[in-house]
Amino acid sequence: MNSYIYLDHAASSPMNDKVIDAMTTAMQQVYGNASSIHGIGREARKYLDNARDILAQSIGAQPGEIIITSGGTEADNTAIFSTVYARAAEGKHIITTQIEHHAVLHTCEKLERDGFDVTYLPVDENGHVSVEDVRNALREDTILVTIMYGNNEVGTIQPIAEIGDLLREHKAIFHTDAVQAYGLESINVTDLHVDLLSVSAHKINGPKGIGFLYQKAGTPFTSYALGGAHEKKRRAGTENVPAVIGFATAVQIANELREEKRALYNRFKQIMLDVFTKENLAFHMNGDLENTLPHVINVSFSGMEVESFLVNLDMAGICVSSGSACTAGSIDPSHVLVAMFGQEAEELRNSIRFSFGQGLTEADVQHAAEKTAAIVKRLAKK
Amino acid sequence: MKETRDPSQIRVVVGMSGGVDSSVAAYLLKQQGYEVIGIFMKNWDDTDENGVCTATEDYDDVIKVCNQIGIPYYAVNFEKQYWDKVFTYFLEEYKAGRTPNPDVMCNKEIKFKAFLEHAMDLGADYLATGHYAQVDRSGDGEVKMLRGIDNNKDQTYFLNQLSQEQLSHVMFPIGHIEKKEVRKIAEEAGLATAKKKDSTGICFIGERNFKEFLSQFLPAQPGKMETMDGVVMGQHDGLMYYTLGQRHGLGIGGDGEPWFVLGKDLERNVLLVGQGFNNDSLFSTSLTAVKMSYTSTKKLPGKFSCTAKFRYRQTDTPVEVEILEDGRTHITFAEPVRAITPGQAVVLYDGEECIGGGTIDEVFKNNEKLTYVG
Repeated sequence: MNSYIYLDHAASSPMNDKVIDAMTTAMQQVYGNASSIHGIGREARKYLDNARDILAQSIGAQPGEIIITSGGTEADNTAIFSTVYARAAEGKHIITTQIEHHAVLHTCEKLERDGFDVTYLPVDENGHVSVEDVRNALREDTILVTIMYGNNEVGTIQPIAEIGDLLREHKAIFHTDAVQAYGLESINVTDLHVDLLSVSAHKINGPKGIGFLYQKAGTPFTSYALGGAHEKKRRAGTENVPAVIGFATAVQIANELREEKRALYNRFKQIMLDVFTKENLAFHMNGDLENTLPHVINVSFSGMEVESFLVNLDMAGICVSSGSACTAGSIDPSHVLVAMFGQEAEELRNSIRFSFGQGLTEADVQHAAEKTAAIVKRLAKK
Repeated sequence: MKETRDPSQIRVVVGMSGGVDSSVAAYLLKQQGYEVIGIFMKNWDDTDENGVCTATEDYDDVIKVCNQIGIPYYAVNFEKQYWDKVFTYFLEEYKAGRTPNPDVMCNKEIKFKAFLEHAMDLGADYLATGHYAQVDRSGDGEVKMLRGIDNNKDQTYFLNQLSQEQLSHVMFPIGHIEKKEVRKIAEEAGLATAKKKDSTGICFIGERNFKEFLSQFLPAQPGKMETMDGVVMGQHDGLMYYTLGQRHGLGIGGDGEPWFVLGKDLERNVLLVGQGFNNDSLFSTSLTAVKMSYTSTKKLPGKFSCTAKFRYRQTDTPVEVEILEDGRTHITFAEPVRAITPGQAVVLYDGEECIGGGTIDEVFKNNEKLTYVG
């Protein structure tokens, strides 16, 4: 493998060595089914409970409010489906935004086909949803509001606490997808007034295939993974104990290093912007430096075409993403950038997301920014 | 120009379709030591009602093969360019009563233009494809395009519009190999596409029914089928569904020789039909071509002799070429040729070299224009 500079931590992140150690030990020693009544099963249960405590504490929740899932997507799907089906008799209206992750958007679109009424709130040029818009969209029959915490493409942080406060007077359930924000933002579910909150492990140097959904005690809920009595009958399936242990270890590390990382990543952002400015590139940030995730920066470079841009960056050993999903050469312009700039904006074709994480140094970021600048200078069409 | 650099210093982008030919092209270049990058080009979205898209399956094959060979792979999308430059032309030609050749246009505008530019943007020295054709760089001056060794597979017919500038950046790594041998190389290398069926037909139509496909874009106007003498023989489904010399799908039974399409009367929306494969009305002796393009930049004499193909896989016919003052080109055949079809390509050869080609515009028999051929 060539030497790469990995600037795509928002897509997925390397596992921390301590996570790998904890999981390796667990895989070797903790093999029981946490639901079994015997000693080996009880041993697994002990580890599971301990891990669940750590997950719960990380957001100021109770252990019983944590539903372990296979990751962020399942947490989002579960939050939405189980809520609306539990509340379907009370109303058919859902409020979300145009910039949600597809795990939320596609779920809402399916519900529309099933007869629900969905309002997709717009955002401003910097990707912010207005609390006023939420207030105006609320109806008597609104049963769910789902708005992401921090955007995965441009980093914008939404006013979740204010929206939560607004919704205290309304029967609607409030869900937030915190997958991208969790770890770097300090999150407390009581302060936020959220009922449901989704988290994934692999974005914070934990294993893939594991996440959780916080479900505030008493929130109406219809389970759709049926089988055993796992997760208090909310999600059947034998718990993946080693992965949960790894997840909890990653959470502990993230909590310890939060402030240090936030400062470092904000420095990284500044380094990149300084290099682009110094090299006289025609560029601008998509989103702003206020209310944004420290590890995500999305930049539009005038005159660039994202397809050849990404390949050139890869050939230069720099791993980044664009907002567009690029499967078999099909380009779906980023719905987030469309929401911010409109259907015809040049940003849809020339924007790159850099995202930071474990192991990156200032020198790496400086080097990557310089290489990026060289590619832009070579290819940008005037 | 001759290539003097070591292959390891040369970056080659291979256009990979997910088929065996381009897989072997990439494999051979890698064996020869080039820095190879595989790129899948998506020109058409054929996602069906079940969400299945052949492009996704083909790209999966590209990924497998590239991982086997050990080269990086990417995808690029030219759907918009393809629609604007190839598909729009395709529909316009049908509307005008001609029979277009979208593969020629795709090579000219997409594969060896938009895609070539993309490859150059990636710092490539060459663009390679799995076409059965050869590029001769042995001379000191211009490069030449030669027929593929496999006579049955030679694809220079579709590449006739390539310019010297385009050719100078192109490699055809399997043009010197027979198709059988290409399959064998793929099998021996264990490539995932070794046994994959060859794609047939026009790329965006694929295996689908041509009539059904075209009817989604152009309204069909059914009309009468008549003999050259005006005897009504039945109904046609729309002139665009028929091509000169075609036998199948007419539905005229009865005694005697089988019936063939002889021409189209666009004004009256009548399909002209007649009996016999060698029906006299199907034969012509010369044509005029437009949009002639030559692989060499050198000025050609006003008149010259060479051979020509008027459709894919046809044997060559000796011809006399005369470049007319109005920019058109008159091409006279040594002997009458059957079913020359306006809109199709006429491609010129000097021995094994393909020297260029153009689009058939008008067709003549003994200097008299055949008005009924479209």
